Amino acid sequence: MADISANFLGIKSPNPFWLASAPPTDKKINVLRAFEAGWGGVVWKTLGSQVKNVSSRYSAVSYNGSRVMGFNNIELISDRPLDLNLQEIKECIRLFPDRAMIVSLMADNDRQSWHELIKQVEDTGAHGLELNFGCPHGMTERGMGAAVGQDPEIARMVVEWVMEKATIPVITKLTPNVHSVVPTGKAAVEAGTDALSLINTIQSVTGIDLDTFVPNPNVGGKSTFGGYCGPAVKPIALKMLTTISQDPVTSKVPVSGIGGISTWKDAAEFMLLGATTLQVCTAVMKHGFRIVEDMCEGLNNWMDEKGFKKIEDFIGKSVPTLTHWEDLDINFHIVANINQDKCIHCGLCYIACEDGSHQSINLQYGKPYNTYSIKEEECVGCNLCKLVCPVEDCITMVEQRKGEEYLNWKEFQRRGLPLNDH
Amino acid sequence: MPITSNKLTLGEYDQHFSDIHPPFETHSAALVDANRCLFCYDAPCMKSCPTSIDVPKFIKQIATENIKGSAHTILSSNIMGAGCSRVCPVEKLCEGACVYNLMGEEAIPIAKLQRYATEKAMAAKWPLFTRKPATGKKVAVVGAGPAGLSCAHVLSREGIEVTIYEKESKGGGLMTYGIAAYKVTPQFCEEEVNYITSLGGIDIKYNQELGKHITLDELKKNYDAVYLGFGVGLARQLDIPGEDLQGVVDAIGFIYAIRTNNYATVPVGDKVAVIGLGMTAIDAATQAKRLGAKEVTIVYRRTEAEKPCTNVELDIARLDGCKLIWLAAPAALTGTDGHVSQLICNVMKLGEPDVSGRRSPVPTGETITLEVDMVIKAAGQVPFEELVSTNQLQHNKGRISIDNNCSTSIPGVFAGGDCVNGGKEVVDAVQAGKDGAKAILKYLEQ
Ligand SMILES: Cc1cc2nc3c(=O)[nH]c(=O)nc-3n(C[C@H](O)[C@H](O)[C@H](O)COP(=O)(O)OP(=O)(O)OC[C@H]3O[C@@H](n4cnc5c(N)ncnc54)[C@H](O)[C@@H]3O)c2cc1C
Ligand SMILES: Cc1cc2nc3c(=O)[nH]c(=O)nc-3n(C[C@H](O)[C@H](O)[C@H](O)COP(=O)(O)O)c2cc1C
Ligand code: SF4
Ligand code: SF4
Ligand code: SF4
Repeated sequence: MADISANFLGIKSPNPFWLASAPPTDKKINVLRAFEAGWGGVVWKTLGSQVKNVSSRYSAVSYNGSRVMGFNNIELISDRPLDLNLQEIKECIRLFPDRAMIVSLMADNDRQSWHELIKQVEDTGAHGLELNFGCPHGMTERGMGAAVGQDPEIARMVVEWVMEKATIPVITKLTPNVHSVVPTGKAAVEAGTDALSLINTIQSVTGIDLDTFVPNPNVGGKSTFGGYCGPAVKPIALKMLTTISQDPVTSKVPVSGIGGISTWKDAAEFMLLGATTLQVCTAVMKHGFRIVEDMCEGLNNWMDEKGFKKIEDFIGKSVPTLTHWEDLDINFHIVANINQDKCIHCGLCYIACEDGSHQSINLQYGKPYNTYSIKEEECVGCNLCKLVCPVEDCITMVEQRKGEEYLNWKEFQRRGLPLNDH
Repeated sequence: MPITSNKLTLGEYDQHFSDIHPPFETHSAALVDANRCLFCYDAPCMKSCPTSIDVPKFIKQIATENIKGSAHTILSSNIMGAGCSRVCPVEKLCEGACVYNLMGEEAIPIAKLQRYATEKAMAAKWPLFTRKPATGKKVAVVGAGPAGLSCAHVLSREGIEVTIYEKESKGGGLMTYGIAAYKVTPQFCEEEVNYITSLGGIDIKYNQELGKHITLDELKKNYDAVYLGFGVGLARQLDIPGEDLQGVVDAIGFIYAIRTNNYATVPVGDKVAVIGLGMTAIDAATQAKRLGAKEVTIVYRRTEAEKPCTNVELDIARLDGCKLIWLAAPAALTGTDGHVSQLICNVMKLGEPDVSGRRSPVPTGETITLEVDMVIKAAGQVPFEELVSTNQLQHNKGRISIDNNCSTSIPGVFAGGDCVNGGKEVVDAVQAGKDGAKAILKYLEQ
C-alpha cells in the first residue's frame, strides 16, 4: 500500500484531499461529518465582514442528460457571525487533531483589518491561512476578492500586510479571471506567501431560461455574472496550474490544486502537473462527502500499480512534457486504422472526417451496414475519428514517421525545408 | 360442448389486454434512451425502416426537447408513425439493425421513442402539415387502411381532393380490425384516423363497398385517378373434412370480433387449437388465452427453424402459456352434435426445400389426435380474387399486378398495400401508399 499522506508546508493530512472553501466547510456540523467521512483537511468558508446573500444563488449547465457538468454561484463569503465561526473552528480542531484546518480570509481592504482577523483566526489553533483573492461577485465592487487578485500590485501589498502578522503558513488563492495567473502569483510569492492555490471560480453566464428570458440564477427577475466551477472548468484549471508550475518564481512554493476535481483520476492529473494537495467543492455539493473514499482508494491503487511509494514521487512529473508548439517533432506522424472486426458501422468517423477534417475515410455502401476504411495517404493523423468512435480500441493511430530524426519547427525553418509536403 | 363467452372478470380482461409495450412514464426516461442513440451516419436503422424515417434525426430531436420537430420528422415519412410505433415488428426492422446489436448491447428502443413523440403530437393535435393550394384534381381511394390513408394524405398535401370509399364503418383497416388488442385500442385507431384527416381535403365515405355500392367504372369516370388499397381479407380454407363444424372459426373473424365487441361477449373454447404460425396465428392464440381459454395449442407443419413469425412474437405466445406442436399438419376435424371435438393431424418430417427455399414438410404416415372444442384457422389469407378479376385487373392469384409506377393494368388506376403484396406489415402498406401517391401525382401532371 502506498502512502498517500500529504505534508503541505508542515501542515499534515492523512490524504491530500481537502474541501475547498465553500458551503461544505461553512460550519461545524458539515466539517465534522466531512472528517468522519475521511477528508484529509478543510479550507473553512471565507471569513470577512459585510455579507448578505440572495436567492436563488446557484445554477448549472447540463449536457446530454448529464447533470451539473458545470456549476455556477453568486454566493458571497460566510454570512454567519465571526465569533461563532471561530468558536466552531476551534472545536473541530480539537475533535480531529490529525486533519488539516485552513481558514480562508477576506478582510476589509486595510492593513488593520487584516491584522485583526489573522490574530483572531490564529487564536483558534488553525494550521494555515488562505487569502481569498478570487471571489468574482459582490465583493469586487467593494475592492475585495477578485479586485485584489486581478491587480498584482494590490495583491503584493495585501500579502505583505498579511506576512507582517501571520505566524502560520499562508496560501494565496488566485482568481482565474485574468489573462494569466502568473503575474499575481509572482507578486504574491515575492511578497512572501508560503504557497499558492488555484483556481477560484470563472465569471460566467450559465444559460437563459427560454420561458422567462431571465438568465440563471434568477433573483426576482434579474441575474448577475456568477462564478463557474465543476468538471467543465478542469481543463482551464490544469492549464493555469501548469503555468504556475513552470514559472521559475511561482514554482518555488507548493500549490494546492482546485477546479473541477471529482475523482482520483482528476486528482492524479493535478498532482502530475504540480499540485501537492487537492481541493474539492462542486463534486461534494453534488454527491456528498462520501466520494472521498473512492478518491483515496483509487489514488492508492494507481500509485501501487505505478510503483509510487509516496505522493512526492510523482508530483510535477508531467510538467516537463508540456512544451511550446515550436518544440514539437514535425517528423512524428500517425495514421488511423479501423479494426473491421470491432467496427459497428455507425459512420461517425466517416462524417466527422468528411465534414470536419480531411475527407480521409472511404465509404462503401451496404444495406443496412456500410463499410468504412481509411485512405492512408490522405490521413493527416489528426485523431478526430478515434475521438468520435464509440467502440473502444476500434480505431487506433499507427505510427508512420516522416523521418528518422527529431525535427522541430525552428529547425525546419532554419533549414528552409519546403512547406506543405505532408 | 359449445364454446362460451364471459370467462373472466372485467378486471382480468383489462389486465390481459393492457398495452404490451408500455410507453415511457416520464420525460427523463425518454431522454436517457434518446441520449444513448449514437446519431449514426447513413443509419442502418433508417435503412431498415420500410418508410425510411430519419431515425437518428427524430431521436436527436427528442434529446434536444424539440418534440414537435421530432413528430414532424416521423410523420412526414410515415403518417401512421403513431400506430406503427405500437405494431411494427421492430426486431426485424429498425431496432434489429441498430448498431448496438453489433456491440452486444440493447438496441435503442426506437419504436418506444417514436411513440413518445407521436403520442404528444396526437394528444396536442399539433397541425404539423399544411395543404398546397387546390389543383382542382380529384382522386378516389378504395379502402381506408394504412395504404389508402397514407396515399390520401400525400395527395391532399399536394392540393388534391381525395374521397376514400371504405366498406366498414370505421377507418384504419386491419389496424382497427385486425391487430391484437394489446397493441392498439379501437379508440387509438379512431384518434389516429382523425388526426390524419384533420389535414383537410380527405373525405371518407363509410359503408361503401367497391363491387357492391360503387363500381370501378364509376370511380374512373368521376375522378382523375383511382388508388386501390383494399387489402386482403379472407382466411385460407384448410380444405379438410369437418371444416364446417361449429367451433371452427377463422382467425380474422375471431380477431375482428375481439376488436369490435366487448371482450366478455367473444366466445372462446376451453381447449383451443390454432393452425399456422404467422403473426396472425400468434395474435389469435395469445388472445384466445387472454380471453380465458384453458389450453391453447399452436399446430405448425414445419419446425421452429422455418417459422414465419419472429422470436419476439413466439416468446409472447410462450409466455402466455400457449403450447406448440411442431411438424403436424391438420388432416381432419371430427365432431359431436355438430360441434368440433377432435383435430386429427398428420405427423410430418422435413423433405427437400420447396420453391421458397424452405424445406417442405412431408407426411410420415403417423397421426396424432387433439381433443379440442375450438379450432382457429390462421394458415394465411387469400386476396379478393373475384373483385380483382371481375374488374379486369391483371393479377397473380388475386394479388393485383402493378408496374414500377404502382400502376395497374388499367390506366389511371393504381394500387398498393396488402392487395398487391398479399399481406405484409402496416409500415409496408404506408410506404406503398406514399409510392402510389407519387405515381399518381406524376400521372396527373401529364
Ligand atoms: C391478424 C393480423 C394481425 C396483424 N398484426 C400486425 C402487426 O402487429 N403489425 C403490423 O405491422 N402488421 C400487422 N398485420 C398486417 C397489417 O395489418 C396489414 O399489412 C396492413 O393493415 C395492410 O394495410 P392495407 O391498407 O393494405 O390493407 P388493410 O389494412 O386491410 O385495409 C384495407 C381497407 O380496405 C377496406 N376494404 C376492403 N375491401 C373493400 C371494398 N371492396 N370496398 C371498400 N373498402 C374495402 C377494408 O375494410 C380496410 O379498411 C396484421 C394482419 C393481420 C391479419
Ligand atoms: C457555492 C460556492 C461558494 C463558494 N464560496 C467560496 C468562498 O467563500 N471562498 C473561496 O475562496 N472560494 C469559494 N468558492 C470557490 C471554491 O472554493 C472553488 O475554488 C471552486 O468552486 C472550484 O472548485 P470546484 O470545481 O471543485 O467546485 C465557492 C464555490 C461555490 C460553488
Ligand atoms: S466510428 Fe468506429 S465503429 Fe463507427 S464506423 Fe467508424 S470505425 Fe466503425
Ligand atoms: S415505422 Fe416502424 S420500422 Fe419504421 S422506424 Fe418506426 S417503428 Fe421502426
Ligand atoms: S442504429 Fe441505433 S444508435 Fe444508430 S442511429 Fe439508429 S437507433 Fe441510433
